[in-house]
This record gives sequence, C-alpha cells and structure tokens, in this order.
Amino acid sequence: MLKFFLSRLATFVPTFIGVTLISFAFIRVLPGDPIVVMAGERGVSAERYEELRSQYGFDQPLWVQFWEYFTGVLQGDLGESFITNRPVWDEFFSLFPATMELSIVAIIIATALGLPAGVIAAVNRGKFFDRALMSTALIGYSMPIFWWALLLIIVFSGNLGWTPVSGRIGLLYYFDDVTGFMLIDSLLSGQKGAFTSAVSHLILPSIVLATIPLAVIARQTRSAMLEVLSEDYIRTARAKGLSPGRVNGLHALRNAMIPVITVIGLSVGTLLAGAILTETIFSWPGIGKWMVDSIFRRDYPVVQGGLLMIAVIVMIVNLTVDLLYGLINPKIRKR
Amino acid sequence: MTLRTILAASALALAAAGAAHAQQTLVYCSEGSPEGFDPALYTAGTTFDASSHTVYNQLAEFKTGTTEVEPGLAESWEVSEDGMSVTFKLRPGVQFHSNDMFTPSRELNADDVIYSFERQNGEGSWEYFNAMSMPDLIESIEKVDDMTVRFNLTRPEAPFIANMAMDFASIVSKEYADAMEAAGTPEMLNQQPIGTGPFVFEDYQTDAVIRYSKNENYWKEDEPKVDNLVFAITPDASVRLQRLQAGECHVMPYPNPADIDSIKANPDLDLLQQEGLNVGYLAYNTTQAPFDDPKVRKALNMAIDKDAIIEVIFGGQAEKAKNPIPPTMWSYNESIEDDPYDPEAAKKMLEEAGVSDLSMKIWAMPVQRPYNPNARRMAELIQEDFSEIGVDVEIVSYEWGEYLERSKAEDRDGAVLLGWTGDNGDPDNFLAVLLGCDAVGGSNRAQWCNEEFDSLVQEAKTLTDQDARAANYEEAQVIFKDQAPWATIAHSVVFMPVRSEVEGYIINPLGGHLFDTVSLAE
Repeated sequence: MLKFFLSRLATFVPTFIGVTLISFAFIRVLPGDPIVVMAGERGVSAERYEELRSQYGFDQPLWVQFWEYFTGVLQGDLGESFITNRPVWDEFFSLFPATMELSIVAIIIATALGLPAGVIAAVNRGKFFDRALMSTALIGYSMPIFWWALLLIIVFSGNLGWTPVSGRIGLLYYFDDVTGFMLIDSLLSGQKGAFTSAVSHLILPSIVLATIPLAVIARQTRSAMLEVLSEDYIRTARAKGLSPGRVNGLHALRNAMIPVITVIGLSVGTLLAGAILTETIFSWPGIGKWMVDSIFRRDYPVVQGGLLMIAVIVMIVNLTVDLLYGLINPKIRKR
Repeated sequence: MTLRTILAASALALAAAGAAHAQQTLVYCSEGSPEGFDPALYTAGTTFDASSHTVYNQLAEFKTGTTEVEPGLAESWEVSEDGMSVTFKLRPGVQFHSNDMFTPSRELNADDVIYSFERQNGEGSWEYFNAMSMPDLIESIEKVDDMTVRFNLTRPEAPFIANMAMDFASIVSKEYADAMEAAGTPEMLNQQPIGTGPFVFEDYQTDAVIRYSKNENYWKEDEPKVDNLVFAITPDASVRLQRLQAGECHVMPYPNPADIDSIKANPDLDLLQQEGLNVGYLAYNTTQAPFDDPKVRKALNMAIDKDAIIEVIFGGQAEKAKNPIPPTMWSYNESIEDDPYDPEAAKKMLEEAGVSDLSMKIWAMPVQRPYNPNARRMAELIQEDFSEIGVDVEIVSYEWGEYLERSKAEDRDGAVLLGWTGDNGDPDNFLAVLLGCDAVGGSNRAQWCNEEFDSLVQEAKTLTDQDARAANYEEAQVIFKDQAPWATIAHSVVFMPVRSEVEGYIINPLGGHLFDTVSLAE
C-alpha cells in the first residue's frame, strides 16, 4: 500500500511543475496589456507606463518573471495582488472556506440522492421509474446553471418567500470568522437564529451547484450497476438464494462503486468550475467570484496563484480517489 | 466586548423588541466589491462608493444632484489674480473617526491636507492623480497657517477647484498614517480607513458585506440620517432586483433594461432616473480625406438614424446626443440644433462634396460601456444607414487594450466608436481632453485641431468667473456642431430603483452613490 501511495505521489511532482507553468502562461496569453487595460479610456503617459511596468516587474524577461514566481511558490509565496496589495495566499484562504462549504454540501446532496437513484433505476431497468429518473437526470445535466439559479430564486425567494435571495447569512447577524465555515461559525457565535439563517442561505446555491454532479452520479451509478448485475457471481449469489437487497446492496454496489468514485472525484473539478457561476449569482463570497474579477482586472498574481491553488486541490482530491480505489479494490493496489 | 459584538447585540435586541425608535439601517445592494478603501489608489466606482463617498470628505464638494462645486472641508477658497495659486481656508472643528487601533488626538488641520496630496506625488499607483495631470499642475503646496493651505500651480487652471472635489482628493488623517507607519502596518490606511465623512467604517467581509455606522460627530448638521449603512455586494442585476423586491435591500444600481417596466409597475418600488455624465460618439479621422471636409462629416452624421440606435442598443434608455457634453453639465448649450436624420439630403451633400463610391472602416469597441452597451451592433446599424447613402462600411474591432492604443494613431483609417464618462463635472474635462489640440494623437480620436475652438477652451481654463467660462464653452459647442468632428450619438440614462420607504435619495450626476441625506420612512 505504501509503494502504491508513493508511486501515485511521484506523478504529483511533474504535474505540479506543469500546472505552475500553465497558470503562469495562461493569463499572459490573454490579449491586452494589463496597464493599458487598467487605464481604460483615460490612457496613461509613456513615462508613467514605463514606471508601472517596472513596478509590476513586467520589464523583466519572461523567464526571469517565471523563475521568481516559481521559487516564490516553492516557498509558499504566491505574490501580492496588484489591486489590493494583499498576499494572494491570505486572500485565497479567507475566501476558500466559503467555496469549500458550498461544494461539500453540494457533493453530499449529489451523492446522497444520485447514488440511490442510480441503484433504483438499475434494479428497475426499463420500467417507468428508470425512464423517469434518467430523463430527469438528462435534463439536470443539460441545465444552464445561470438560468436554473435565477428560476429557483424567482420561484422560491421571490414568489414563495421561503428562502433568502442571496448572500451567506442574514445581514442582521454579525460576528467574527473563526473557521470561515458559516455553518460552524454561526453555531459558535451563540447568536439566536444565526445557524438557521446560514442554513436557509445555503439551500438554493447548493441545490444549483449539486444539479450537474447529481445527474452525472445517478447515470454513472446506473450504468455501473447494470454491468455488474449481469456478472456471473451475481447470478451465483442469486442462485444461492440471497435476498435481492443483499445482492444489490452489498455484492453489486461495492463493485459498481469504483467508476462511481471516479466520477465523484472528477466532479470536484466540475464543482469548482460551477462554483464560479453559482457564486456570482448568489453573491457568495468565494474564490470563483474572486477569480473572475481578477481576470477582468488583469490581476496577474491572483489569477496565476488562484489557478495554481485550484489545480493543486483537484490534484489532491484525485490522489485521494486513487487511494480509495486501493482500499475498495485490492487488485488495483497490486498493479 | 468588541464594537462589532455590541453592534450586533444591539441590532438584535432592537429587532427583537421592535422598539419604536428602532435603529435605522439602510441596505444598499452594490454591484461589485471595492478594490480597497483608499480612493486615491483606484479608479473604480465601486471603490469610491465604499470610501470617498462614505468615509471621506474633500476640500470642495459637488452640490448634491448637480455638477456645481461648493465648500467641503474647506470653508472657502480664493484664487489669486493671475490664477497661479489657490488658497483654501479649512473648516474648524472637523473630527476624524476612530477605530480599535487609533483615536485622533486633534482635529483636521493643514498637515492632513498637505499629506493627502504629497503622498500621491511619490511612488505607488496613484492613478487618478496622475491621470488628471496633478504632478505637472501642482508646483508646491504651502502651509500658510494651521488652518490655511495654498496650492501653487504651474499654470492657471480653473477646473482645479472641481478636481479638489474628486475622489482621489479625499483628505486622510496624517496622524493615522503616521501611527500605522510606526506600527509597521501602513496598509491599514487601505483596509481600515479613517476619514471625516458621514459614515464610520466598521467592517468588510471580502466580496460579501461592508458595514458602516453613523458618524455622530459629523460636521454637517443633521446628517447622516440613518444609524447604520450596509453594502450587500450583489453582482448579478436580476438577483439585485429580487433582493430589492424581497426587502433585503433598499437601493440598488444598474437594473437590467428588460426589468424597467416591471419595476415601474411595482407599487413597493420607485424608479429614479437621470442622464448619465457621459457621451458615446463616432469620431472621424479629420486629417484624412475625404473626412477632412466638414461637409462630408456632416453628411454622414445626417445619415445616422439615432432613434433606431437608442431603441435597439439602449432599449430606449438613452438620450440622443447633440453636444459633446451631457445635458446635466453646466454650460450645456440647449440652443444648438441637432443635424436632422435625412438620408436624401445627406446623399446630395456627399455628391456636392464630390464624394462617390466611398468605402470606410468603422471601429467597434469589444467591451460594454455605459455610453455604448453594444458597439458591434451599433456599428452594424450605422453600416446599414451608410449603405442607404451609398457608403460602404467595413467593421473592425480589436482587443480592448489594442483598440485604445491603435485608435490614437494620427494616420488611423476609419471612424472610431468610443465614449467618455466625466471625472469632475467640469466641461473642460470633456472639451479639452477629447477635442483639444494637445490631445491629438492621444484621447482626441478625431485628430481634430480647430484653432478657434481650442483657444476658447484654453482661455476658459484661465478664467475664474464661472459665467464667463460657460460663455466660452457654449460658443465652443457651436463650433463643434458646425465642424462635426464626431457624430454625437447618445447619453445613457441612469436608473436607480429604490424601495418606496426610501426618502431623500438623489441621483448623483457624477455617477457615485451618496447616502448622507437618505432616510427610511417608518
């Protein structure tokens, strides 16, 4: 198991270097001189332009700029935002808990509903229930997030008034960040009603963010289950007279889990991407909105640092998924 | 117990009790996050709303709802005979705010004013100070006595007073800056601002909420009206409207054009509106044939169906432009007649000018701006209009940075769609910046240098009497219309939906949002 872990970890290093390079290159490939874009219609004098170039280090050759960035990254220094002059690292960690909270709740919703839905559909293959579930999943998968979010807001917040429109917590509640997770902080604050307010603010955005992963997980579970259910050992188990619940739930599901876990792992990337839109609509102060603003402002350190951090998180999640395979399926461990 | 827990506790207690004299909290659903809280470092409106319009004051101020300048932290000022120096007499008894780290030991004085400007002369990204040419204009700043400051200028510059009312000219506390420098945390000036303004900064949760409380010691009597001010940052316009309807906020900027009718129909909401301090235009290159002939330019102007543009591009929410300055600005020349939309006459004028088979380029900006929400589509409409009079148009576009750079070139071919949003409400800020001879090869995209026009505008800079200046500008607008270096297209209309319990909100023609005079009906 240790050997397996180390071999997976070894692939981490070249990927990390690649990601650092890509995140550095990405924002620089975008057309548009950042200084000219920042100045807009007002323009900037040639003198001032040179001053700003040297202030931001753009007068250095690209490889020097990259080397400074890369050595900084190795020391845990992602640079400072051009705009706020605060360290990118600090900004990222002050905003990331909000994104993480939303993503975790979304993935829980997606898995808790998607997994059983897929199993039930597979067991009832071709029947009405299967068809209904799978068409719903297809609709969910093809739903434009922006439209879906607005629809939910208009119906549930606007017309019915059941949920707040946007934000993380009611404006009345006002306390210091402890963990950055609103559900936890609202409990710690001891303010009456704060937790309920945090939960009610989380409902719509997490449903919106869960929609696509939910559909993918349901469909993946169904097809994996169908494949496993046609295997010989399942027929044997049935022939031995095991109850359908035991056959489906224990023997089949465990083997069907491998592709499903892959999908759940991969959907972390999707979630972070989806978070950008979801956060913008629901005024959710996470990294998605922060990244979008920075791209428009050509805030190089934030864009490259933010991209790198997101990539590293996705890599860590995938590494964890790899390790989980090993736990579920001993065959993979030995390979 | 920190201040914020006290605030939260009292807010809760009051809410629970539903007390008769409940604290009034005004919630503003702002459209974006501030870049920081030091207005001198930035140029975005979201930053100014959160800092210079709430926390800070300037020496001079714009009279609410107008572009006229009135005293602010300076009680009065005097311009020397030759216009080369301006002396400001400071208002006595003005107090700075305090916070956890700082309590002021003295009132506002000349040191604060001098510091506020001199710091911008040094290193750092003081963009607006530089963009307004302050380093060239200010020769020196002198402390006459504790309450008197004199600015010595390198040339007479009448708009200087209006510049002193701009956001970058906000007055910060030198004492606070020194204290933070000594503590090794100079960045606090930008994160925990201390000013003299109507609202005291309490807290900013990045990208989510900004909180302010009333400045109990504010130097203007009876202001601000509300006890707490909250900015709930809400980037999506549809969501902002939903929040406004649900009562989660009281005021919101920039509604979607498509929502205007439903806002008007909603009895809980009021819709305020005003022309923006901007102009969208099409600038010919007046140095290139045949566009060097005013007759050709006029003919083309007469071929543009502006009504269609207002309808299609702005959804009806704009005013046709006839002058290069917006109608909310002083010296706007009402008496000028716009060129009529008359393709037949235009065709004839082109023939008379000896122009046939004309083909030209129109540049369309790649970005959305208040003065032009869809330049590509606007260019297509003009293309259609021009084809009616036999002019063939090719539409070109570049990435925004490239566009701004390339359109400056004196030998550029084609007409450029662009626009301008005013900085200080002074006509000079439009007429000299966009049409002056000095700006050729720069922000004068028409490359238009008319001596008569230019000398009127230059002279106006040296006059101290506003009526005399206005007369010059009015005449300059006549020359502009006659020479037609641009096709003036539109001034966008700014809409502000507010809840009906909101009282005293006045749209600021300069674009920012001010809440010192706003109150909530019980």
